Amino acid sequence: MIDRLNSALRRVPAWLIYIVFAAWTGWEFWKALTGAGPYAVEPINVLERTYGEMALKLLVVGLLVTPLRRWFSINLMKFRRAIGVTAFFLVLAHFLVFAVLDVQSLERVWTEIIKRPYVTVGMLSFVGLIPLAMTSNNWSVRKIGAAGWRKLHKLTYPVAVFAAVHYLWLAKGFQLEPVIYTAIIVGLIAWRYWPKLGQVSRA
Amino acid sequence: MAYRWTNDLTHADVTPKAAFLNRRQLIAGTVGFGAIAAGLPAAAQEALEPNTLQEIQSYNNYYEFGTGKSDPAENAHQLEVSPWSVKVDGMVDNPGDYGLEDLLAGLTVEERIYRFRCVEAWSMVVPWNGIELADILNKVGVQAGAKYVAFETVVQPENMIGVQRRVLDFPYVEGLRLDEAMHPLTIMATGIYGEPISKQNGAPMRLVVPWKYGYKSIKSIVRITLTDVEPPTSWNVANPREYGFYSNVNPEVDHPRWSQATERKIGGGLFAARQDTLMLNGYADEVAGLYTEQPLNDYF
Repeated sequence: MIDRLNSALRRVPAWLIYIVFAAWTGWEFWKALTGAGPYAVEPINVLERTYGEMALKLLVVGLLVTPLRRWFSINLMKFRRAIGVTAFFLVLAHFLVFAVLDVQSLERVWTEIIKRPYVTVGMLSFVGLIPLAMTSNNWSVRKIGAAGWRKLHKLTYPVAVFAAVHYLWLAKGFQLEPVIYTAIIVGLIAWRYWPKLGQVSRA
Repeated sequence: MAYRWTNDLTHADVTPKAAFLNRRQLIAGTVGFGAIAAGLPAAAQEALEPNTLQEIQSYNNYYEFGTGKSDPAENAHQLEVSPWSVKVDGMVDNPGDYGLEDLLAGLTVEERIYRFRCVEAWSMVVPWNGIELADILNKVGVQAGAKYVAFETVVQPENMIGVQRRVLDFPYVEGLRLDEAMHPLTIMATGIYGEPISKQNGAPMRLVVPWKYGYKSIKSIVRITLTDVEPPTSWNVANPREYGFYSNVNPEVDHPRWSQATERKIGGGLFAARQDTLMLNGYADEVAGLYTEQPLNDYF
Protein backbone atom coordinates (compact mmCIF):
# COMPACT_ATOMS: atom_id res chain seq x y z
CA MET A 1 0.00 0.00 0.00
CA ILE A 2 2.63 2.48 1.15
CA ASP A 3 5.04 1.28 -1.52
CA ARG A 4 2.45 1.98 -4.14
CA LEU A 5 1.78 5.43 -2.65
CA ASN A 6 5.50 6.22 -2.68
CA SER A 7 5.96 5.11 -6.24
CA ALA A 8 2.94 7.16 -7.27
CA LEU A 9 4.41 10.16 -5.45
CA ARG A 10 7.70 9.65 -7.28
CA ARG A 11 5.91 10.28 -10.54
CA VAL A 12 4.50 13.64 -9.34
CA PRO A 13 6.89 16.48 -10.18
CA ALA A 14 7.64 18.87 -7.27
CA TRP A 15 7.17 21.94 -9.47
CA LEU A 16 3.48 21.11 -9.61
CA ILE A 17 3.25 22.58 -6.10
CA TYR A 18 4.43 25.98 -7.36
CA ILE A 19 1.96 25.92 -10.24
CA VAL A 20 -0.98 24.88 -8.09
CA PHE A 21 -0.35 27.49 -5.39
CA ALA A 22 0.45 30.29 -7.83
CA ALA A 23 -2.89 29.57 -9.50
CA TRP A 24 -4.66 29.35 -6.15
CA THR A 25 -3.18 32.67 -4.96
CA GLY A 26 -4.25 34.39 -8.17
CA TRP A 27 -7.70 32.81 -8.03
CA GLU A 28 -8.31 33.99 -4.46
CA PHE A 29 -7.15 37.50 -5.42
CA TRP A 30 -9.52 37.49 -8.37
CA LYS A 31 -12.40 36.40 -6.12
CA ALA A 32 -11.53 39.19 -3.66
CA LEU A 33 -11.41 41.71 -6.49
CA THR A 34 -14.81 40.71 -7.80
CA GLY A 35 -16.37 40.21 -4.36
CA ALA A 36 -17.19 36.56 -4.93
CA GLY A 37 -18.36 34.22 -2.15
CA PRO A 38 -16.73 34.98 1.20
CA TYR A 39 -15.27 38.20 -0.22
CA ALA A 40 -18.66 39.79 -0.89
CA VAL A 41 -18.80 42.28 1.96
CA GLU A 42 -15.29 42.89 3.32
CA PRO A 43 -12.65 41.36 1.05
CA ILE A 44 -9.46 42.80 2.57
CA ASN A 45 -9.39 41.01 5.91
CA VAL A 46 -10.69 37.82 4.36
CA LEU A 47 -7.89 37.77 1.76
CA GLU A 48 -5.30 38.61 4.42
CA ARG A 49 -6.54 35.72 6.51
CA THR A 50 -6.88 33.28 3.63
CA TYR A 51 -3.23 33.73 2.58
CA GLY A 52 -2.01 33.66 6.18
CA GLU A 53 -3.87 30.49 7.10
CA MET A 54 -2.69 28.67 3.97
CA ALA A 55 0.91 29.67 4.73
CA LEU A 56 0.51 28.27 8.24
CA LYS A 57 -0.92 25.03 6.85
CA LEU A 58 2.08 24.67 4.52
CA LEU A 59 4.48 25.23 7.43
CA VAL A 60 2.71 22.41 9.27
CA VAL A 61 2.91 20.14 6.21
CA GLY A 62 6.63 20.96 5.94
CA LEU A 63 7.12 19.91 9.56
CA LEU A 64 5.17 16.70 8.89
CA VAL A 65 7.53 15.43 6.17
CA THR A 66 10.09 13.92 8.52
CA PRO A 67 7.66 12.24 10.96
CA LEU A 68 5.63 10.83 8.07
CA ARG A 69 8.76 9.18 6.75
CA ARG A 70 9.83 7.85 10.16
CA TRP A 71 6.46 6.55 11.27
CA PHE A 72 4.66 5.61 8.09
CA SER A 73 7.51 5.38 5.58
CA ILE A 74 5.69 7.89 3.39
CA ASN A 75 8.30 9.77 1.45
CA LEU A 76 7.47 13.40 0.71
CA MET A 77 11.07 14.56 0.97
CA LYS A 78 11.36 15.70 -2.62
CA PHE A 79 8.38 18.07 -2.14
CA ARG A 80 9.69 19.69 1.00
CA ARG A 81 11.63 22.48 -0.68
CA ALA A 82 8.64 23.44 -2.84
CA ILE A 83 6.37 23.36 0.24
CA GLY A 84 8.69 25.65 2.20
CA VAL A 85 9.30 28.11 -0.64
CA THR A 86 5.56 28.25 -1.38
CA ALA A 87 4.91 28.96 2.32
CA PHE A 88 7.35 31.87 2.08
CA PHE A 89 5.58 33.33 -0.96
CA LEU A 90 2.21 33.03 0.76
CA VAL A 91 3.53 34.81 3.85
CA LEU A 92 4.84 37.50 1.49
CA ALA A 93 1.38 37.77 -0.10
CA HIS A 94 -0.18 37.89 3.41
CA PHE A 95 2.21 40.70 4.37
CA LEU A 96 1.54 42.64 1.17
CA VAL A 97 -2.23 42.50 1.69
CA PHE A 98 -1.70 43.68 5.27
CA ALA A 99 0.66 46.53 4.29
CA VAL A 100 -0.82 47.75 0.99
CA LEU A 101 -4.54 47.01 1.23
CA ASP A 102 -5.21 46.93 4.98
CA VAL A 103 -2.91 49.38 6.77
CA GLN A 104 -2.25 51.45 3.63
CA SER A 105 0.79 53.49 4.64
CA LEU A 106 4.44 52.62 5.27
CA GLU A 107 4.49 54.76 8.38
CA ARG A 108 1.52 52.95 9.87
CA VAL A 109 2.95 49.56 8.88
CA TRP A 110 6.09 50.42 10.83
CA THR A 111 4.03 51.64 13.82
CA GLU A 112 2.02 48.42 13.79
CA ILE A 113 5.18 46.27 13.70
CA ILE A 114 6.78 48.15 16.59
CA LYS A 115 3.70 48.70 18.71
CA ARG A 116 1.63 45.55 18.34
CA PRO A 117 3.26 42.42 19.73
CA TYR A 118 1.19 40.09 17.57
CA VAL A 119 2.34 41.92 14.43
CA THR A 120 5.93 41.92 15.74
CA VAL A 121 5.80 38.17 16.20
CA GLY A 122 4.31 37.72 12.73
CA MET A 123 7.09 39.85 11.24
CA LEU A 124 9.74 37.79 13.06
CA SER A 125 8.25 34.72 11.46
CA PHE A 126 8.32 36.38 8.02
CA VAL A 127 11.89 37.66 8.41
CA GLY A 128 13.03 34.23 9.60
CA LEU A 129 11.70 32.72 6.38
CA ILE A 130 13.75 35.03 4.15
CA PRO A 131 17.17 33.32 4.58
CA LEU A 132 15.45 29.95 4.31
CA ALA A 133 13.81 30.85 1.00
CA MET A 134 17.06 32.36 -0.29
CA THR A 135 19.07 29.22 0.45
CA SER A 136 16.48 26.80 -0.91
CA ASN A 137 18.53 25.82 -3.95
CA ASN A 138 21.21 23.24 -4.65
CA TRP A 139 23.90 25.84 -5.14
CA SER A 140 23.37 27.17 -1.59
CA VAL A 141 23.41 23.69 -0.10
CA ARG A 142 26.79 23.04 -1.76
CA LYS A 143 28.13 26.46 -0.81
CA ILE A 144 27.10 26.27 2.86
CA GLY A 145 27.67 22.54 3.23
CA ALA A 146 25.03 20.01 4.19
CA ALA A 147 25.59 20.24 7.95
CA GLY A 148 25.54 24.03 8.04
CA TRP A 149 22.56 24.14 5.73
CA ARG A 150 20.63 21.75 7.94
CA LYS A 151 21.51 23.83 10.98
CA LEU A 152 20.36 27.03 9.27
CA HIS A 153 17.10 25.42 8.26
CA LYS A 154 16.28 24.57 11.86
CA LEU A 155 15.12 28.20 11.80
CA THR A 156 11.91 26.64 10.50
CA TYR A 157 11.03 25.75 14.10
CA PRO A 158 11.01 29.26 15.59
CA VAL A 159 9.40 30.50 12.37
CA ALA A 160 6.52 28.05 12.81
CA VAL A 161 6.18 28.79 16.53
CA PHE A 162 6.09 32.55 15.89
CA ALA A 163 3.48 32.02 13.21
CA ALA A 164 1.33 30.02 15.64
CA VAL A 165 1.70 32.63 18.39
CA HIS A 166 0.80 35.36 15.87
CA TYR A 167 -2.42 33.48 15.08
CA LEU A 168 -3.22 32.76 18.74
CA TRP A 169 -2.65 36.36 19.70
CA LEU A 170 -4.92 37.99 17.16
CA ALA A 171 -8.00 35.97 18.07
CA LYS A 172 -10.74 37.63 20.09
CA GLY A 173 -12.10 35.48 22.89
CA PHE A 174 -11.40 31.75 23.05
CA GLN A 175 -11.15 30.32 19.55
CA LEU A 176 -10.31 26.75 18.76
CA GLU A 177 -8.40 26.88 15.43
CA PRO A 178 -5.33 28.82 16.64
CA VAL A 179 -5.06 26.54 19.66
CA ILE A 180 -5.16 23.45 17.44
CA TYR A 181 -2.47 24.83 15.10
CA THR A 182 -0.26 25.75 18.01
CA ALA A 183 -0.64 22.33 19.60
CA ILE A 184 0.26 20.57 16.34
CA ILE A 185 3.29 22.78 15.67
CA VAL A 186 4.62 22.53 19.22
CA GLY A 187 3.99 18.77 19.15
CA LEU A 188 5.85 18.30 15.86
CA ILE A 189 8.86 20.24 17.12
CA ALA A 190 8.87 18.62 20.56
CA TRP A 191 8.84 15.21 18.86
CA ARG A 192 12.14 16.10 17.20
CA TYR A 193 13.81 16.88 20.51
CA TRP A 194 12.21 14.19 22.62
CA PRO A 195 15.20 11.94 23.41
CA LYS A 196 13.36 8.60 23.24
CA LEU A 197 11.52 9.30 20.02
CA GLY A 198 14.21 11.07 18.07
CA GLN A 199 17.68 9.72 18.68
CA VAL A 200 18.72 10.32 15.09
CA SER A 201 19.25 13.93 14.15
CA ARG A 202 16.32 15.27 12.22
CA ALA A 203 16.30 17.93 9.60
CA MET B 1 -41.13 61.29 24.71
CA ALA B 2 -39.79 60.25 21.32
CA TYR B 3 -38.13 62.61 18.84
CA ARG B 4 -35.92 64.25 21.44
CA TRP B 5 -33.05 63.94 18.99
CA THR B 6 -33.39 65.01 15.42
CA ASN B 7 -31.60 62.87 12.93
CA ASP B 8 -28.93 64.90 11.21
CA LEU B 9 -28.62 62.22 8.56
CA THR B 10 -31.56 61.27 6.43
CA HIS B 11 -31.93 59.38 3.19
CA ALA B 12 -32.53 62.74 1.56
CA ASP B 13 -29.15 63.89 2.82
CA VAL B 14 -27.25 61.16 1.18
CA THR B 15 -29.08 60.48 -2.03
CA PRO B 16 -27.97 63.28 -4.32
CA LYS B 17 -24.24 63.09 -4.02
CA ALA B 18 -23.91 65.46 -6.94
CA ALA B 19 -25.93 68.05 -5.04
CA PHE B 20 -23.54 67.75 -2.13
CA LEU B 21 -20.57 68.34 -4.37
CA ASN B 22 -22.27 71.40 -5.80
CA ARG B 23 -22.91 72.77 -2.35
CA ARG B 24 -19.28 72.27 -1.49
CA GLN B 25 -18.20 74.13 -4.59
CA LEU B 26 -20.59 76.92 -3.73
CA ILE B 27 -19.13 77.34 -0.27
CA ALA B 28 -15.64 77.11 -1.61
CA GLY B 29 -16.44 79.91 -3.99
CA THR B 30 -17.69 82.23 -1.27
CA VAL B 31 -15.47 81.70 1.75
CA GLY B 32 -12.37 80.13 0.31
CA PHE B 33 -11.07 76.63 0.69
CA GLY B 34 -9.06 77.13 3.89
CA ALA B 35 -12.11 78.22 5.82
CA ILE B 36 -13.95 75.07 4.88
CA ALA B 37 -11.15 72.77 5.81
CA ALA B 38 -11.05 74.43 9.22
CA GLY B 39 -14.78 74.68 9.76
CA LEU B 40 -15.96 71.27 8.73
CA PRO B 41 -16.19 68.99 11.74
CA ALA B 42 -18.97 67.31 9.84
CA ALA B 43 -16.66 66.59 6.94
CA ALA B 44 -16.83 62.88 7.63
CA GLN B 45 -20.51 63.03 6.85
CA GLU B 46 -19.77 63.50 3.19
CA ALA B 47 -19.15 59.77 3.08
CA LEU B 48 -22.26 58.91 5.05
CA GLU B 49 -24.26 56.63 2.95
CA PRO B 50 -26.12 53.78 4.59
CA ASN B 51 -24.71 50.35 3.90
CA THR B 52 -26.89 48.04 1.88
CA LEU B 53 -29.21 45.68 3.73
CA GLN B 54 -27.23 42.80 2.27
CA GLU B 55 -24.00 44.16 3.78
CA ILE B 56 -25.64 44.83 7.14
CA GLN B 57 -27.07 41.32 7.25
CA SER B 58 -24.02 39.36 6.12
CA TYR B 59 -21.10 40.88 8.07
CA ASN B 60 -21.79 40.45 11.77
CA ASN B 61 -20.24 39.71 15.11
CA TYR B 62 -22.64 37.55 17.10
CA TYR B 63 -20.39 35.04 18.84
CA GLU B 64 -23.31 32.91 20.01
CA PHE B 65 -23.54 31.89 16.35
CA GLY B 66 -19.81 31.53 15.67
CA THR B 67 -16.78 33.79 15.46
CA GLY B 68 -16.60 34.20 11.67
CA LYS B 69 -18.17 37.31 10.16
CA SER B 70 -20.52 35.24 7.99
CA ASP B 71 -21.33 32.67 10.71
CA PRO B 72 -24.26 34.64 12.17
CA ALA B 73 -25.88 34.97 8.74
CA GLU B 74 -25.52 31.22 8.28
CA ASN B 75 -26.55 30.07 11.74
CA ALA B 76 -28.86 32.66 13.27
CA HIS B 77 -31.97 31.33 11.51
CA GLN B 78 -32.09 28.78 14.33
CA LEU B 79 -32.82 31.48 16.89
CA GLU B 80 -36.33 31.15 18.31
CA VAL B 81 -37.84 34.66 18.54
CA SER B 82 -41.53 34.20 19.11
CA PRO B 83 -42.89 34.35 21.64
CA TRP B 84 -40.33 36.75 23.13
CA SER B 85 -40.38 37.76 26.72
CA VAL B 86 -38.24 40.38 28.46
CA LYS B 87 -37.66 40.25 32.19
CA VAL B 88 -37.54 43.71 33.74
CA ASP B 89 -36.25 43.71 37.31
CA GLY B 90 -34.17 45.50 39.89
CA MET B 91 -34.89 49.07 40.90
CA VAL B 92 -38.06 49.59 38.85
CA ASP B 93 -41.64 50.42 39.78
CA ASN B 94 -43.19 47.82 37.50
CA PRO B 95 -40.98 44.73 37.41
CA GLY B 96 -42.10 41.59 35.62
CA ASP B 97 -41.90 39.40 32.55
CA TYR B 98 -43.17 41.45 29.64
CA GLY B 99 -44.17 40.12 26.28
CA LEU B 100 -42.21 42.14 23.72
CA GLU B 101 -45.38 43.65 22.24
CA ASP B 102 -46.58 44.73 25.68
CA LEU B 103 -43.23 46.26 26.58
CA LEU B 104 -43.17 48.37 23.42
CA ALA B 105 -46.91 49.06 23.09
CA GLY B 106 -47.74 52.73 22.69
CA LEU B 107 -44.13 53.80 22.13
CA THR B 108 -42.94 55.55 18.98
CA VAL B 109 -40.66 53.81 16.51
CA GLU B 110 -38.34 56.25 14.73
CA GLU B 111 -35.74 55.91 12.01
CA ARG B 112 -32.20 56.70 13.14
CA ILE B 113 -29.34 56.63 10.65
CA TYR B 114 -26.24 56.08 12.76
CA ARG B 115 -22.59 55.43 12.22
CA PHE B 116 -21.71 52.03 13.68
CA ARG B 117 -18.09 51.55 14.71
CA CYS B 118 -16.80 48.11 15.66
CA VAL B 119 -13.88 47.80 18.09
CA GLU B 120 -12.15 45.81 15.33
CA ALA B 121 -11.73 49.08 13.36
CA TRP B 122 -14.41 48.60 10.73
CA SER B 123 -17.60 50.59 10.44
CA MET B 124 -20.96 50.78 8.74
CA VAL B 125 -23.82 53.25 8.51
CA VAL B 126 -27.10 51.66 9.52
CA PRO B 127 -30.64 53.03 9.15
CA TRP B 128 -32.16 51.63 12.33
CA ASN B 129 -35.80 51.67 13.34
CA GLY B 130 -36.14 51.83 17.06
CA ILE B 131 -37.55 53.29 20.22
CA GLU B 132 -35.69 55.57 22.57
CA LEU B 133 -34.56 53.45 25.50
CA ALA B 134 -35.61 56.29 27.81
CA ASP B 135 -39.21 55.78 26.73
CA ILE B 136 -39.06 52.11 27.69
CA LEU B 137 -37.35 52.86 31.01
CA ASN B 138 -39.87 55.58 31.84
CA LYS B 139 -42.65 53.15 31.07
CA VAL B 140 -41.40 50.61 33.61
CA GLY B 141 -40.54 53.36 36.08
CA VAL B 142 -36.93 53.85 37.18
CA GLN B 143 -36.65 54.18 40.95
CA ALA B 144 -34.57 56.88 42.61
CA GLY B 145 -31.16 55.53 43.45
CA ALA B 146 -30.78 53.44 40.28
CA LYS B 147 -27.49 54.32 38.61
CA TYR B 148 -26.96 51.67 35.95
CA VAL B 149 -28.91 49.55 33.48
CA ALA B 150 -27.80 45.96 32.84
CA PHE B 151 -28.82 43.96 29.77
CA GLU B 152 -28.68 40.26 28.96
CA THR B 153 -28.80 38.36 25.65
CA VAL B 154 -30.86 35.24 25.22
CA VAL B 155 -29.13 31.86 25.55
CA GLN B 156 -30.54 28.98 23.50
CA PRO B 157 -27.70 26.44 23.68
CA GLU B 158 -29.36 23.99 21.32
CA ASN B 159 -29.68 26.73 18.68
CA MET B 160 -26.39 28.53 19.27
CA ILE B 161 -23.21 26.82 18.15
CA GLY B 162 -20.95 29.43 19.80
CA VAL B 163 -22.60 28.88 23.17
CA GLN B 164 -21.82 25.18 22.90
CA ARG B 165 -18.18 26.06 22.17
CA ARG B 166 -17.99 28.50 25.10
CA VAL B 167 -16.24 31.24 23.13
CA LEU B 168 -17.24 33.68 25.87
CA ASP B 169 -18.85 33.26 29.26
CA PHE B 170 -22.49 33.28 28.11
CA PRO B 171 -25.07 34.75 28.56
CA TYR B 172 -23.65 37.87 26.96
CA VAL B 173 -24.18 40.82 29.30
CA GLU B 174 -23.77 44.56 28.86
CA GLY B 175 -24.47 47.70 30.80
CA LEU B 176 -24.80 51.46 30.64
CA ARG B 177 -24.73 54.23 33.18
CA LEU B 178 -28.28 55.50 33.68
CA ASP B 179 -27.57 58.88 32.05
CA GLU B 180 -26.13 57.11 29.00
CA ALA B 181 -29.18 54.86 28.86
CA MET B 182 -31.55 57.84 29.11
CA HIS B 183 -29.73 59.83 26.43
CA PRO B 184 -31.92 60.48 23.38
CA LEU B 185 -29.34 58.89 21.06
CA THR B 186 -29.69 55.53 22.81
CA ILE B 187 -32.32 53.35 21.20
CA MET B 188 -33.71 49.85 21.27
CA ALA B 189 -33.76 48.83 17.62
CA THR B 190 -36.45 46.54 16.27
CA GLY B 191 -35.92 47.17 12.57
CA ILE B 192 -33.48 48.11 9.82
CA TYR B 193 -34.54 49.79 6.57
CA GLY B 194 -38.12 49.61 7.79
CA GLU B 195 -38.07 45.82 7.97
CA PRO B 196 -38.11 43.75 11.17
CA ILE B 197 -34.53 43.37 12.35
CA SER B 198 -32.90 40.17 11.13
CA LYS B 199 -31.82 37.49 13.57
CA GLN B 200 -28.10 37.98 12.87
CA ASN B 201 -28.55 41.67 13.67
CA GLY B 202 -30.12 40.89 17.05
CA ALA B 203 -33.81 40.13 16.59
CA PRO B 204 -36.25 40.87 17.95
CA MET B 205 -34.83 43.79 19.94
CA ARG B 206 -31.29 45.08 20.45
CA LEU B 207 -29.59 48.06 21.98
CA VAL B 208 -27.91 50.71 19.80
CA VAL B 209 -25.50 53.16 21.44
CA PRO B 210 -23.89 54.89 18.46
CA TRP B 211 -21.00 56.63 20.26
CA LYS B 212 -19.71 53.38 21.78
CA TYR B 213 -17.98 50.42 20.15
CA GLY B 214 -20.41 47.97 18.63
CA TYR B 215 -20.11 45.28 21.28
CA LYS B 216 -21.86 47.58 23.78
CA SER B 217 -24.94 47.43 21.55
CA ILE B 218 -26.11 44.08 22.91
CA LYS B 219 -28.38 41.89 20.79
CA SER B 220 -31.54 39.83 21.34
CA ILE B 221 -32.25 41.21 24.79
CA VAL B 222 -34.22 39.10 27.31
CA ARG B 223 -33.48 40.98 30.50
CA ILE B 224 -33.20 44.60 31.60
CA THR B 225 -32.12 45.25 35.18
CA LEU B 226 -31.91 48.61 36.97
CA THR B 227 -29.19 48.62 39.60
CA ASP B 228 -27.04 50.91 41.72
CA VAL B 229 -23.75 49.07 41.07
CA GLU B 230 -21.74 48.95 37.85
CA PRO B 231 -22.85 45.72 36.18
CA PRO B 232 -20.39 43.20 34.68
CA THR B 233 -19.99 43.39 30.89
CA SER B 234 -18.93 40.37 28.84
CA TRP B 235 -15.84 41.64 27.02
CA ASN B 236 -14.61 43.46 30.10
CA VAL B 237 -14.87 40.22 32.07
CA ALA B 238 -13.10 38.28 29.28
CA ASN B 239 -10.25 40.78 28.97
CA PRO B 240 -10.34 43.85 31.25
CA ARG B 241 -7.07 45.23 29.86
CA GLU B 242 -8.50 45.44 26.35
CA TYR B 243 -12.16 46.29 26.93
CA GLY B 244 -13.37 48.87 29.42
CA PHE B 245 -16.85 49.37 30.83
CA TYR B 246 -17.36 52.62 28.92
CA SER B 247 -15.92 51.62 25.54
CA ASN B 248 -16.55 55.02 24.00
CA VAL B 249 -15.26 55.32 20.45
CA ASN B 250 -11.98 57.19 20.84
CA PRO B 251 -9.33 57.49 18.12
CA GLU B 252 -6.75 58.48 20.75
CA VAL B 253 -6.98 55.32 22.84
CA ASP B 254 -5.71 52.33 20.92
CA HIS B 255 -6.83 48.81 21.55
CA PRO B 256 -3.70 47.10 22.91
CA ARG B 257 -3.52 44.97 19.78
CA TRP B 258 -4.49 47.45 17.08
CA SER B 259 -4.89 51.13 16.35
CA GLN B 260 -8.25 52.85 16.74
CA ALA B 261 -7.19 56.01 14.88
CA THR B 262 -8.69 54.91 11.58
CA GLU B 263 -11.40 52.59 10.37
CA ARG B 264 -12.53 51.03 7.14
CA LYS B 265 -16.13 51.39 6.10
CA ILE B 266 -17.53 48.09 4.99
CA GLY B 267 -18.60 47.83 1.38
CA GLY B 268 -15.73 49.63 -0.35
CA GLY B 269 -14.24 46.56 -1.99
CA LEU B 270 -10.62 45.41 -2.15
CA PHE B 271 -9.14 48.90 -2.44
CA ALA B 272 -11.32 50.69 0.12
CA ALA B 273 -9.42 53.55 1.77
CA ARG B 274 -9.28 53.94 5.53
CA GLN B 275 -11.02 56.93 7.07
CA ASP B 276 -10.25 58.75 10.29
CA THR B 277 -12.23 57.63 13.31
CA LEU B 278 -14.13 60.47 14.94
CA MET B 279 -14.12 61.20 18.67
CA LEU B 280 -17.22 59.55 20.17
CA ASN B 281 -17.89 58.26 16.65
CA GLY B 282 -18.91 61.73 15.49
CA TYR B 283 -21.46 62.27 18.29
CA ALA B 284 -19.24 64.41 20.54
CA ASP B 285 -21.57 67.41 20.25
CA GLU B 286 -24.42 65.33 21.62
CA VAL B 287 -22.74 63.20 24.29
CA ALA B 288 -19.42 64.74 25.36
CA GLY B 289 -21.36 66.41 28.17
CA LEU B 290 -21.91 63.02 29.79
CA TYR B 291 -18.19 62.69 30.42
CA THR B 292 -17.13 66.11 31.65
CA GLU B 293 -16.03 64.65 34.96
CA GLN B 294 -14.06 61.79 33.47
CA PRO B 295 -11.10 62.09 31.14
CA LEU B 296 -12.20 59.94 28.19
CA ASN B 297 -8.70 58.62 27.69
CA ASP B 298 -8.63 57.16 31.21
CA TYR B 299 -12.16 55.81 31.39
CA PHE B 300 -12.00 53.81 28.18
